[in-house]
Amino acid sequence: MISTLANYLSYEFVQHALIAGTLSAILGAIVGYFVIIRNSGFAAHALAHIGFAGAAGAALVGLSPLAGMLILTAGSGVLMGQAGDKVNRSDLAIGMVLSMSLGLGVLFLSLHAGFAGQAKSILFGEIFGVSGEQIVIMTALSVVSLGGLAIFSRRLLFASLQPRLAEARGISLSEMSTGFMLVVAISVTLASQIVGVLLVFTLVVAPAGIAVRLFRTFWKGIAASVGLGVIVVWIGILLDCMTGYPATFWITALFFVIYILVEGWIRFVTKQDRS
Amino acid sequence: MTPALQIHDLSVTLGGNTILSGVNAEIGTGEFVGIFGPNGAGKTTLVRCIIGTLVPSRGSIEVLGLSPRQAARQIGYMPQGHGGFDATALSARALIEAACDGNAWGIPWTSEAARQEVDRVLEVTEAAHYAHRPFSVLSGGERQRVMLAQALLGSPRILVLDEPLASLDPKNQGLLIECVARVQKSTHTTVLFVAHDMNPLMNVMDRVMYLAGGGAALGKLDEVITSESLTKLYGTDIEVVRTQNRVFVVSAEGGVTESECAHHDHD
Repeated sequence: MISTLANYLSYEFVQHALIAGTLSAILGAIVGYFVIIRNSGFAAHALAHIGFAGAAGAALVGLSPLAGMLILTAGSGVLMGQAGDKVNRSDLAIGMVLSMSLGLGVLFLSLHAGFAGQAKSILFGEIFGVSGEQIVIMTALSVVSLGGLAIFSRRLLFASLQPRLAEARGISLSEMSTGFMLVVAISVTLASQIVGVLLVFTLVVAPAGIAVRLFRTFWKGIAASVGLGVIVVWIGILLDCMTGYPATFWITALFFVIYILVEGWIRFVTKQDRS
Repeated sequence: MTPALQIHDLSVTLGGNTILSGVNAEIGTGEFVGIFGPNGAGKTTLVRCIIGTLVPSRGSIEVLGLSPRQAARQIGYMPQGHGGFDATALSARALIEAACDGNAWGIPWTSEAARQEVDRVLEVTEAAHYAHRPFSVLSGGERQRVMLAQALLGSPRILVLDEPLASLDPKNQGLLIECVARVQKSTHTTVLFVAHDMNPLMNVMDRVMYLAGGGAALGKLDEVITSESLTKLYGTDIEVVRTQNRVFVVSAEGGVTESECAHHDHD
């Protein structure tokens, strides 16, 4: 078994999948931590769907899907950030934008004859189709967005946990959320290269969501989120190689199982606490 | 000596409604002032003007002789209500650490100095022994003492507490008030304490500010909470009833104003 594994690892497309998977897992895990404490999971989800319209539209005009997606998600992210809390907490407003974007994406694909394959890879990801050039772009995007986040993460954490107090201390909440949504846009775009726009939730929300449930400090939470994200993505990719079932399935399934176990454990511990 | 707070002809209009109109007040250093009034009288609006998150339509506010924005560092603020942490295991301590130097750029790394400051404020409010626990599992009284600790970060010269007693039982109300009064006395901090019910604060307040009908009356309890004074403020007949060191504000038609009694039904 070890030798088969080593054999797989020698393929370039598997190496690329692992590198790209690691990049989007790290970015998703860190950005996702803030997504969770800001309660903006649905907004992140919607951003991915907006990206679908971008990717499909890009295919129509001959741009790369990644570029199209990045442009549209970044633009929408900034708008969502500016719109502020009211819009971002409104399921209706987000839901309307989300479905409109999917509708547009469908239109763009239908205008581009014979693009069912393209649609599938945008929606569900194409983990083994990552090129060397894409990896360079993804690395650059990860560095830029994590670097940006590093500059304002302290303010962002404060503003996310206690917005009223942060505002009183002179932090502009709309600047924070605009900057953050821009980072989310990049992270969502990267994650969708791996798992597709429909399943971005797994990389951007799942690991952080589980970590936040378990760890009491910011840094432990971030470390656990990154660790969990990277390990699950690796296992998912390797299981795909070995079983032929899609990595996306394995990644979502693993997160789901971990989530159930963690919830069960938390419930058990809370009960012990009470008695 | 510069007063802690100086409000001159303050008016606030929000969405076409005049919330406050022509409010004047001067509060001295080290005073403990209770701020009361019925729902919608503008208590939180006034608080927002003081902490600088709302710009008044007319008039001025000076905090320690500075604009509210400039004085932000000197104000310890405890917002009304807090929540949204139910799904997280973040500890009370982690929340306070995030607020300590929360304005700085860079990554949220807690320095040794910040850690000591957090230890200090947690000691003051007697919250240190449970601060390692997730905020979401703490009781209402414990949460408020954590939030009070947070307001004390950096030893502010003015404390602005917006309804910290809401949803606390009398015992926990007492603990919190005692703690605030202790800080006020030992460090000569000015306290602006917004509350629904004035009775728990009777023994610690120097003066009261009562908001109603867009205006405000500031003075000793015996001067402000009288039938004449409140009748003038509300513009309708108000009667103040006193029983065994407790005060109730009642409208002459027999209905008890929102301000006091809703609360006492549960006591």
